[in-house]
Amino acid sequence: MPDERIPFATHADQTVLGADEIILNMGPQHPSTHGVLRVKLRLDGEKVIGSECVIGYLHRGVEKIAEHRTYTQFAPYVDRMDYVAAVSNGLGYCEAVEKLLGAEAPPRARVIRTILTELQRIASHLFWLGTHALDIGALTPLFYCLREREEILKIFEKFCGARLTTHAFRIGGLQYEAYDELEKDVERFCTPFDKRVDEYESLLTENRIWVGRTKGIGILTAKEAIDYGASGPVLRASGVKWDIRKAMPYAAYDQYKFEIPTGKNGDTYDRYIVRMEEMRQSRLICLQAIENIPAGPIMGKVGKVLKPPPGEVYHAIEAPKGELGYYIISDGTTQPYRVRIRPPSLINLEAFDKMIRGHLVADVVAIIGTLDIVLGEVDR
Amino acid sequence: MALDNDLVKRYKEKFGPAILEAWTDRKQAILVVARELLAEIAIYSRDDEKFDWLSDLTAVDWPKREKRFDVVLNMYSFEKNERLRLKVHAAADERVPSVQGIWSTTNWMEREVYDMFGVVFEGHPDLKRILLPDEWQGFPLRKDYDILTQDTAWVRENLGIESGQ
Repeated sequence: MPDERIPFATHADQTVLGADEIILNMGPQHPSTHGVLRVKLRLDGEKVIGSECVIGYLHRGVEKIAEHRTYTQFAPYVDRMDYVAAVSNGLGYCEAVEKLLGAEAPPRARVIRTILTELQRIASHLFWLGTHALDIGALTPLFYCLREREEILKIFEKFCGARLTTHAFRIGGLQYEAYDELEKDVERFCTPFDKRVDEYESLLTENRIWVGRTKGIGILTAKEAIDYGASGPVLRASGVKWDIRKAMPYAAYDQYKFEIPTGKNGDTYDRYIVRMEEMRQSRLICLQAIENIPAGPIMGKVGKVLKPPPGEVYHAIEAPKGELGYYIISDGTTQPYRVRIRPPSLINLEAFDKMIRGHLVADVVAIIGTLDIVLGEVDR
Repeated sequence: MALDNDLVKRYKEKFGPAILEAWTDRKQAILVVARELLAEIAIYSRDDEKFDWLSDLTAVDWPKREKRFDVVLNMYSFEKNERLRLKVHAAADERVPSVQGIWSTTNWMEREVYDMFGVVFEGHPDLKRILLPDEWQGFPLRKDYDILTQDTAWVRENLGIESGQ
């Protein structure tokens, strides 16, 4: 951690150019920080020798708000954390409260939840890919990615009326029955989607500039990734084959076959490859799920007023960014006593300093991009 | 429900009276341990019991209790595919041993707990506020900090408005 009290720490004899260190401030208003992230960089020439992230610009006190709302009232708030993957946030919260209540969503609701959450994963990864490529200098993928993402948002809109902050699920199941054409829409999107991923890959995977900008940049070994608490694609790209959907299945994931893609080197390129493969796997899950959506009720028995028995629960799901955990304590009233949200973006961002050291200023945007952070979730 | 499986027995054998309570809630194992030995117990959990991945560190405020804070660690073991929750109790003026040297990830989590609850971690390399401005007064997630409370002086001075409400 750089020491703020010494603005120009002089180690002239240690730097390559024999010059003083420079402190460079990036953000909070900077297009490639994906929101209001401020990074203080210590530079030796163009090489980064230290960094500090300054966060909190979007802090809204979500955990405090939770203590003053009922369980049902708080559900829409979680959509505003990771606003490019609101459906996943909602799933985590609803399942955590269901666990606290000792209730369970009926099979039909669980399958529909799985389909929508996987579509959301694809949408989130598409948005990541478009902006990450844009940061590095490839403009074209953004348009393709947003084109496909639009299709997914249209499905959400038809399902619940909202595109981004969807509040798609309810505690105990679903509020509305799925619309008639859901299976058809999902199929229409998923069937050609693997060709689309090939298309993105043909633009990037063997592109010399892309490879030059991402290979060997921001390496995180498996040991370091575990030490830094990284999760999701960041952890898997370092070679740790761990996915909560397989390790501790929730929703309806135990019914479907899919692979967990992993990387070897833990660099920016591997994280790119892992996320590309994840999109293909999510597509397969969706295709399996629409084949057999069980009939039956969509709402479990939870009652109108939610009063979970006193106690606590920690429930985590595999959000597009990593482990999204909800630690909820009930004191037996209608409002939670404490809600702690474990945001994957925040904790993946913590490894930023480790990853950037020794790289160039231009790599800062590559590494921020590859971590796939959403500042609404970092600051909560 | 009280918990007395092999895992708890191993912890009790190793640390004896430092393991204060053990129970399960919604099938999730919880251990309450002595605050002074938190670092040792964390190292043992990581190296011997293979709870090598710390998913979360947070705190809970119980103002009516003699020791008002719970610091909660949620650990996960890749090898066992199991989670375990460690808790320590701390009074407002008591320091909690930092586990930053054991899991690097807790650096920011401990800063957040300090920021929101004012719990001080002994041995943390850079304990300062993380989400709120450095000069902010008060700890928002404490139960006696009302939802409408704010540091009015800070707001007036830095934002040039009377109130953020």
